Amino acid sequence: MGELNGLYALWYREFKVFLRERSRVVASVVQPLMWLVIFGTGLGASIALGGENYQTFIYPGILTMTSLFGSLFFGLYIIMDRRVDFLKEVLVAPLSRTTIFFGKVLGGATDGIIEVVILMLLGSLFFGIHFTVLSVIASLVAIFLLMVSILSIGLTIGSMMNSLEGFGLISSFVSFPLFFLSGALFPIKNLPSWLYAFVSVNPVSYAVDALRSMILGVPAAFGLVPDFAVLVAFALLMIGVGTWAFGRMRI
Amino acid sequence: MAYVIEARGLHKSFNGVKAVNGIDLRINEGEIFGLLGPNGAGKTTTLSMLATLIKPTKGSALVNGFDIRTQAHRVRGSIGFVFQDPSSDDLLTGRENLYLHALMYGVDMRDINRKMDDVLKLVDLTGVQHRRMKTYSGGMRRRLELARGLLHEPKVLFLDEPTLGLDPQTREHLWKYIKRLSTEKRVTIIVTTHYMDEADLLCDRVAIIDHGKIVALDTPANLKKRVGGDVVRISARSPNLRALRKLRYIKKIKTDGGLLTLTVDEAERHLQEILKVVGEVRSVESHFPTLNDVFLHFTGSEIRETEAEGGYFERMMHSGNR
Ligand SMILES: Nc1ncnc2c1ncn2[C@@H]1O[C@H](COP(=O)(O)OP(=O)(O)O)[C@@H](O)[C@H]1O
Ligand SMILES: [Mg+2]
Repeated sequence: MGELNGLYALWYREFKVFLRERSRVVASVVQPLMWLVIFGTGLGASIALGGENYQTFIYPGILTMTSLFGSLFFGLYIIMDRRVDFLKEVLVAPLSRTTIFFGKVLGGATDGIIEVVILMLLGSLFFGIHFTVLSVIASLVAIFLLMVSILSIGLTIGSMMNSLEGFGLISSFVSFPLFFLSGALFPIKNLPSWLYAFVSVNPVSYAVDALRSMILGVPAAFGLVPDFAVLVAFALLMIGVGTWAFGRMRI
Repeated sequence: MAYVIEARGLHKSFNGVKAVNGIDLRINEGEIFGLLGPNGAGKTTTLSMLATLIKPTKGSALVNGFDIRTQAHRVRGSIGFVFQDPSSDDLLTGRENLYLHALMYGVDMRDINRKMDDVLKLVDLTGVQHRRMKTYSGGMRRRLELARGLLHEPKVLFLDEPTLGLDPQTREHLWKYIKRLSTEKRVTIIVTTHYMDEADLLCDRVAIIDHGKIVALDTPANLKKRVGGDVVRISARSPNLRALRKLRYIKKIKTDGGLLTLTVDEAERHLQEILKVVGEVRSVESHFPTLNDVFLHFTGSEIRETEAEGGYFERMMHSGNR
């Protein structure tokens, strides 16, 4: 009971703060829109991919990008908590570190899902994306799994660092390869084998693949079952890492 | 009766640097206990060990009967902690910060609202409870964190430099609240400070801590008695130490350039004679011993403090022949 209340408390805090930091929400939605409008239109003027226009093609990739960058960045907040004594206030409470970790993950995932839902609404209103109830739900499940994994990575990095600049540096080392090697911006069918090898070991590729298949109704390159299997396995692994990192976190 | 806190030989090193170097404590139920020492003395580190936030390198302690090494969870459930630095979320209101805390400490859902009302009233913050914390003044924030520390009704409350950086008026207010907690809620309070006046006016007993060690521990009154007399400070051009040493009522002489610090029996009666023999005097000042003198007496160095101290008499006499 105590742990559950604690989990709710940590989630409650993240959620309240998210609702009050309007600029955070706006920025997290505007950035992907710029990718869609500027990058999508710009490159789409010259290329079309398998009957889809380029903007539509990258739409699932941009959803993935938002989840990826947003979730990783979330780890920064733990460093902010450490800069004042808020982190101590949480760590001195009679809660297990696992509970604290899951509270953070669920808080971050809630924020991220809200952003993605806004982007889905905009997608269906202005970018000609046709969602069905099933594709929305299935996509949100895939995105949730990805978010949990990436949040765990971000929180792990954050739990080990004191400096915001250092966090920025390390997280960009992590996020850019994960993003560019995910097939978010290009089809993975005709890649040279060396590049395909990188893409296929990148768990994020499986999120992009699943989303593209479910939202655009195209066949999945890896297959939907392998996509979800990889996403679940990746999430479990990263949760394990994150729990471990929180357990050994110093104040 | 069992002690609320019993620490034996607590040590803590950070990468080989000794922050706490063998601390023994026995703290009784219901007292306000002060840890007084300069910055870097090891006060925060000591509290952090007692609160199980960090592990001691050596030594052990019982808090509310629970072992800090093996029963960390139970220790944490039985204490409250008000940290040195701000520890609330600025984007949340005061009441929301309390709510968070109540949930984390497993306060019964049915009691949460009543208890929040109760502690808010105790620190006079009912009127501003729905304002975001970023609009609070330093004193209001401190009071809210005090209230929060009490919300789950801990038996022991740790206050780490509770009035650091606050103006004198706000500090006195806070002392009032802390005393009120101690009498109305009957919590044992352990407070760290580097303010002499705070230790003096607030605490039942004070441990003076320097370089990670307790150098003296007693009631403020007894500590002052142990200085052994009144304190007379004289600034003189070339003090005649030999003449001074002959005066038997001078218990102790400390020199620092032209500045003399004398420990004197009944300074009132003997000041005239001292001034006569010491030589050309620039200024003289005499007072009952304060905790500052106690600190000086036990450590050989002073805590720098800009604030005036209360509860003593002071006289300045400037010599005319300059
Ligand atoms: N996490 C830490 N890592 C390294 N050194 C530390 C750490 N915490 C405290 N210290 C050092 O330990 C000593 C005691 O610090 P602290 O307990 O904060 O003193 P106080 O609270 O009395 O000002 C200081 O020299 C400080 O620099
Ligand atoms: Mg300190």
